[in-house]
Amino acid sequence: MLELNATTLAFFVFAILSVGGALGVVTSRNLIHGAVYLIISLFGGAGFFILLSAPFLAAVQVLVYIGAIAILIIFAVMLTRSMTNMAEVVNRQWWLSALVGALLLLMLAVGVIFPVWGDGGLLPNQPVSDQVATTDELGTAFVGGEDYVLPFEVASLLLTGAMIGAIVLARDTEA
Amino acid sequence: MEQACINPIDTLAACLISAGATAELASFVQILIGVVLISAFPLVLVILLIWVERKVAARVQDRLGPNRVGPFGLLQNVADAVKLILKEDITPAGADRLIYNAAPIIAVLSVLLIWAVVPFSPAHIGADLSIGLLYFVAISSIGTLAIMMAGWASNNKYALLGAFRVVAQLVSYEVPMVVALLIPVLLAGTLSMQSLVRAQIGMWFIVPCLVSAIIFYISNLAETGRAPFDLIEAESELVAGYNIEYSGMKFGLFMANEFMHAFTANLLFAVLFLGGWSGPGAEQYPLLGFVYLMLKTGVVYIFSLILRATVPRVRIDHMMAFNWKFLVPVSIINLLIAALLIQITRLLGIAPAPGETDFLAHVPQAFILLLGNLALIGGILQALRSSGRRDRLAEQARTHGDETAIIPVGSGD
Repeated sequence: MLELNATTLAFFVFAILSVGGALGVVTSRNLIHGAVYLIISLFGGAGFFILLSAPFLAAVQVLVYIGAIAILIIFAVMLTRSMTNMAEVVNRQWWLSALVGALLLLMLAVGVIFPVWGDGGLLPNQPVSDQVATTDELGTAFVGGEDYVLPFEVASLLLTGAMIGAIVLARDTEA
Repeated sequence: MEQACINPIDTLAACLISAGATAELASFVQILIGVVLISAFPLVLVILLIWVERKVAARVQDRLGPNRVGPFGLLQNVADAVKLILKEDITPAGADRLIYNAAPIIAVLSVLLIWAVVPFSPAHIGADLSIGLLYFVAISSIGTLAIMMAGWASNNKYALLGAFRVVAQLVSYEVPMVVALLIPVLLAGTLSMQSLVRAQIGMWFIVPCLVSAIIFYISNLAETGRAPFDLIEAESELVAGYNIEYSGMKFGLFMANEFMHAFTANLLFAVLFLGGWSGPGAEQYPLLGFVYLMLKTGVVYIFSLILRATVPRVRIDHMMAFNWKFLVPVSIINLLIAALLIQITRLLGIAPAPGETDFLAHVPQAFILLLGNLALIGGILQALRSSGRRDRLAEQARTHGDETAIIPVGSGD
């Protein structure tokens, strides 16, 4: 049974923020409002990272998702004023997105909730891992040789490729 | 000094529990008082800061500045604040009510939240997060959001143009700022603000990281939107910029945000490059550390005020070119040089041990890094000189070509 303490309370606050924000994103007809709801939802996600003892990821979530991506979304919407007041809430592909959403939820239930809380799973009050990694360990794992150096470098290459692609697309053809 | 006297707020919970309060209530009261103190301090300070700014600007322009209300005009801004609160609060008819009203609150929050990780003294800090520096970078990016929300929700073309400039300016200048901050982190081996200050007890970071200190100072000026980078509220072009539709206390909040942000930026410069609270006797008497921090901040702050009152505003394309074609490459080269030199000094065994507080132990590494920095500055100046010379020659060749074309016409007279 859940006991009511500061952590549980914080969990519910962040849950309301992230789920409520996500609902706001898909129901609001004004795209700027949608982007602000997205920021609220992402902020709730950052709160979850803090509850999971991952403050580095929480700060990165705020910095990258709210500070960069959400601001770019708002910027793009601002430049297209005609899109800020849309008449309809759903478009013709609503059933496809509903299907994908349901499948993702199913995957989450089978992949995460059942192994942890189902028969023979871990007890609810038992932590999934008793390791609390520091930022030092995270950095060492990224570039420390045998751990995650290859995925890290591949991700860097991907981002560099995306950046060069954006520059090529935005450039004047004659230059 | 008695343990209880060093930080009364830290020991408050124990006192309350012994007085009969429950543990939850005691820690709640303790945290509440800490939060109120830390957030009230900059809000009260800002009234004084505006007075300082007006006085300095007046002196630079050979005026007297506020001198009627109270001694030396000290109460002028209290009167101004009362006036702002009493003013009518107008929301434009075409504005987006919710976002319009939320924007000033988020703007002030984005600065106040930074104060949570500022180490005032060895014993006084809101929360010594293990990711303190990253937290500062993350929170400052929220300020951009508030200004954009204000610009869009006002439903005014000048406000929207001001908001567009904000995105261009603040998002761009974040890049060199964060890269410059990596070098103190490399030296100290931590992101926690308190440990960053402790690492500077032996040697202030401005010596081994001279170039990154300069880059951080310049990009911070741009981040706070102050002259010469005050394009977001360029009066001559945008009337007032993003806050044009705001009146009364909502405008007051944006103004308080701007002044607090400028002071906070200089405070962080003092914390990260001038040793924060460190100084003789600061470990024994924490309040002395607070005085040191404020003195160091004051010096950089006054310097930025004089800078604001003397330099002209730069043009938007010049500003973006300066950032992307100059500051970003320089900061990346600087990071590479510093990382290489730090590794070399560590391999040679002349790097100070972590936690070393002796000045002499820091000298060899700081000297080598300073040499690297000076070499970089020399290289930059040389590159600028040759590129300026090239431009000048090209210009000369062009104007000379024009003159030869004009001369035959003129010679007919």
